[in-house]
Amino acid sequence: MTALIELVGVAKTYAAGFRQTTTALSDVTLTLSKDVPSTTAIAGESGSGKTTLARIMLGFIAPTRGEVRYRGKNVQRMSGAERRDFRREVQPIFQDPFDVFNPFYRIDHVLEIPVRRYRLAHSRSQAKALIEDALKRVGLRPQDTLGRFPHELSGGQRQRVMVARAVLLRPKLIVADEPVSMVDASLRATILDELRTLNRELGISIVYITHDLTTAYQICDNIVVLYQGHVAEAGSVERVIRDPRHPYTQLLVSSIPLPEAARSWGREEIKAEFAAPRASVGCRFAPRCPHALDVCWSELPPRFALEPDRLAACHLFRDLPLAPSADLAASFAPAEIPSPREAGRGLG
Amino acid sequence: MSGGLKGLRMKLAERRIGGVLILGLAILALIVLFSLVGPLFVDAHNAHVGAMTPRRPPSFDHWLGSDSQGRDMLTLLVYGTPNTLKMGLIAGIIGVGLGLVFGLVGGSLGGAIDTVIRVVADALLTVPAIAILVIIAGNLDRMSTNIMALVVASLSWMFTTRTIRAQVLSVRERAYIEVARANGESEWEILFREIMPNLMPFAVASFVGTVGSAILAVISLEALGLGALEETTLGNTIYWSQQSAAILRGYWWWWGPPIVVIALIFLGLFLTSVGFDRFANPRLANRA
Amino acid sequence: MSEGEANGAGAPILVVEDLRVAYDTLAGPAMAVDGVSFSLKAGERLGLIGESGSGKTTMAMALLRLIRAPGRIVKGRVLLDGRDILTMSVGELREARLRDIALVPQGAMSSLNPVMLLEEQIADGILAHAPRTPRAELARRIEALLRGVGLDPSVARKYPHQLSGGMKQRAVMAIATSMRPRVIVADEPTSALDVVVQRQVMQTLGRLQGGLGAAVVLIGHDMGLIAQFADVVGVMYAGKLVELAPVEEIIAAPRHPYTRLLIDSLPSIAAKKRLIGIPGLPPRLVDLPPGCSFAARCPYAFARCRTETPSLQSTGGNRSAACHLYPEAQALPPLGAASGEARP
Repeated sequence: MTALIELVGVAKTYAAGFRQTTTALSDVTLTLSKDVPSTTAIAGESGSGKTTLARIMLGFIAPTRGEVRYRGKNVQRMSGAERRDFRREVQPIFQDPFDVFNPFYRIDHVLEIPVRRYRLAHSRSQAKALIEDALKRVGLRPQDTLGRFPHELSGGQRQRVMVARAVLLRPKLIVADEPVSMVDASLRATILDELRTLNRELGISIVYITHDLTTAYQICDNIVVLYQGHVAEAGSVERVIRDPRHPYTQLLVSSIPLPEAARSWGREEIKAEFAAPRASVGCRFAPRCPHALDVCWSELPPRFALEPDRLAACHLFRDLPLAPSADLAASFAPAEIPSPREAGRGLG
Repeated sequence: MSGGLKGLRMKLAERRIGGVLILGLAILALIVLFSLVGPLFVDAHNAHVGAMTPRRPPSFDHWLGSDSQGRDMLTLLVYGTPNTLKMGLIAGIIGVGLGLVFGLVGGSLGGAIDTVIRVVADALLTVPAIAILVIIAGNLDRMSTNIMALVVASLSWMFTTRTIRAQVLSVRERAYIEVARANGESEWEILFREIMPNLMPFAVASFVGTVGSAILAVISLEALGLGALEETTLGNTIYWSQQSAAILRGYWWWWGPPIVVIALIFLGLFLTSVGFDRFANPRLANRA
Repeated sequence: MSEGEANGAGAPILVVEDLRVAYDTLAGPAMAVDGVSFSLKAGERLGLIGESGSGKTTMAMALLRLIRAPGRIVKGRVLLDGRDILTMSVGELREARLRDIALVPQGAMSSLNPVMLLEEQIADGILAHAPRTPRAELARRIEALLRGVGLDPSVARKYPHQLSGGMKQRAVMAIATSMRPRVIVADEPTSALDVVVQRQVMQTLGRLQGGLGAAVVLIGHDMGLIAQFADVVGVMYAGKLVELAPVEEIIAAPRHPYTRLLIDSLPSIAAKKRLIGIPGLPPRLVDLPPGCSFAARCPYAFARCRTETPSLQSTGGNRSAACHLYPEAQALPPLGAASGEARP
């Protein structure tokens, strides 16, 4: 398998105060294939390191340890031309639909600049056609959208313009950082469906950063769950989300408020993060874990393979074999090949 | 701001260009008009000593009367106002120009350059322009309005630098800058195309403030008699009126008009500054 | 037994009658809240769900008469235990706020004064209503309040920035319940919080409310959250209340098409399915089309929907919906069958 993007032993620490360091991300190795477009969710709460991981993947920040390789080349050591290709082929979608537009310009600005910079069109009319086509793909009408200022459009429309921008560039990988958390519920489904369609029809790999496991389940095939910078559990979404094994994933899944008549929220009080003592070595989740063993406090748990398509970093599974490789993707389920019917379905 | 004429109409409709801004700009425009058009109606010679009978109160021929040296007050005002304004403008333009450059450089480059700019700006902020002017005035044979303007200008850039620098640091972190990078823009393009336009409101606000404080500084100096005494300015007129005890002697037409004009200038600047805030920040516009 | 049970399910503690709030914009008045009525008994939890532009935050503000220009309350009554908040004198209103009806505002994290210690802020509220409370008593109450929301009392001598998001949220709830109000209005109290913290905070709110026997109006956009917390759910769209029903019933069988589409658009982890949102956009409040505001996006819409605005009417039991399909229909027809101008 040729790799599209590889994170090799990537870690990020920040200096915090005098001789203190905070670990934002610890030792992540992940390979995404070039041949088969994938959909991977990176899930966690605030402080989990998921945004840090996204920004390292996008090349916005450099890892403290390890490296990011795009098409085999270390991103930090790329030449100017290689960097341009990388920038074009790995595109972000950000969370805040308000902040991603420069309030001084119309929204056309954010669509026209990349067409020019990356020389996607040879003439103005071709550029215009490309832009209009991208807008239509995401369900926006060019005549209602172009020429407007950001504050004239709703949050949902703005976010769709951002997706259109990503589509325009025909990237190989889209890193979407909580793309719908600030968008209304009824519009979320539409935008997420568009992302999934981009993957199925245009072969674009998606890395979906989120704290919402339900949407992760819906659009991704595989997931990595992070807790305070460490991988807690990773594997196919069918395994990890529908049958979570790591105590933290279990806590996350049971806390999802589902619109179901039978209340799934139990009555038990969860130990709040601030109430528990901080763990300095050993498993980060130990202070809040209902099943914590002595060893959890002193040793970081290694990753165990619970099934071929799931691993968990938890001492509870110490009798099971270790994960086959440092690469998290080794424990992923293969991407679903879209059925011909699905592949032919256009966007609304 | 982008948007042209249609944008202007829209902004008027949104009440972003509110009454306060229009009033402020109108007052300033009036004063500028006065300075530009006035010389066509008065004879410059009337501003010289002995041009007419001294100490005359306002009359039909001489609308604002004359001072104790026989100079026509109206002519003095007509020629004095633009001189005063000129000093404020020079200080404003140079001060804000320098401030923009230093603020942009410091904010975007960071590191040692930023530290140097910041430390120098902070240190100079504590120096009162008037004190420097007094020292210089005491050491020069001839003071001129241009020298005064330049000295004030050299001490007017610091506040703008700090404001612009702070804005650059803040804007740099915004998501649209990262989008710009993802769009393939180079760092220079990002600075000039993405960051700079968002600094304009701050630059304009700084300009208005700088002009105001510059005029205040020069008038203070002139009122003490340390200004460019050979030139006609509003502050000098006040000084001369003090020297002749005009208040005690009841020559209100001597010290009154310059003060009224100065007050109008500051009123205009103040209203423009307040009104501009509403323009630059649309969220304030629709509040009652 | 809690206060709520002691009072019994008697007269309603909060009655909102035909509340209308308009915002004056350059293009004319926009009815952010357009004729909303409901009533709540002590100890009951009402969840008001709506998306942006539905008027739900305006609703929350109006309940405490906190609407400021360019908004204004045009009509209606908000009866708190029989007394109309909207016509009270300023003095009575000041007393009623916090003591009888309290607000946990949206963005509660930025509702805390960053330069005051937490205990000072809690004390502020108490002293505003009982200015002569002795210090020892004040300290005791603050400690009890903080414990009541699951915070360690040492938090009292901290500044807001030293607390995490969840802690700040609980601190705000402590302040809101410091005078033991009868009604708590919570406007998206968990919006910026992680899912686990969100659950903790909502459970805390539930405990607080149970202890006080207070009624809660929970406003939000997350149907799942509302479903887990509320007893009764009200759905708002374009300023109007389009459906009102007990939570189990509304989830199992929504009557209003918007409610149905909203629930359908929610992702679940039961099975992978195609995510379907609601096509179109919510209408601009200054530019509402005639007839039902939802007609343009409604798969069941027919001719009458575009000319006559439906009013909230009973659909059996204690349920109501504002839709022309009723009272003839018993329930929403299956989506596949509803198209065109079919009139049941």
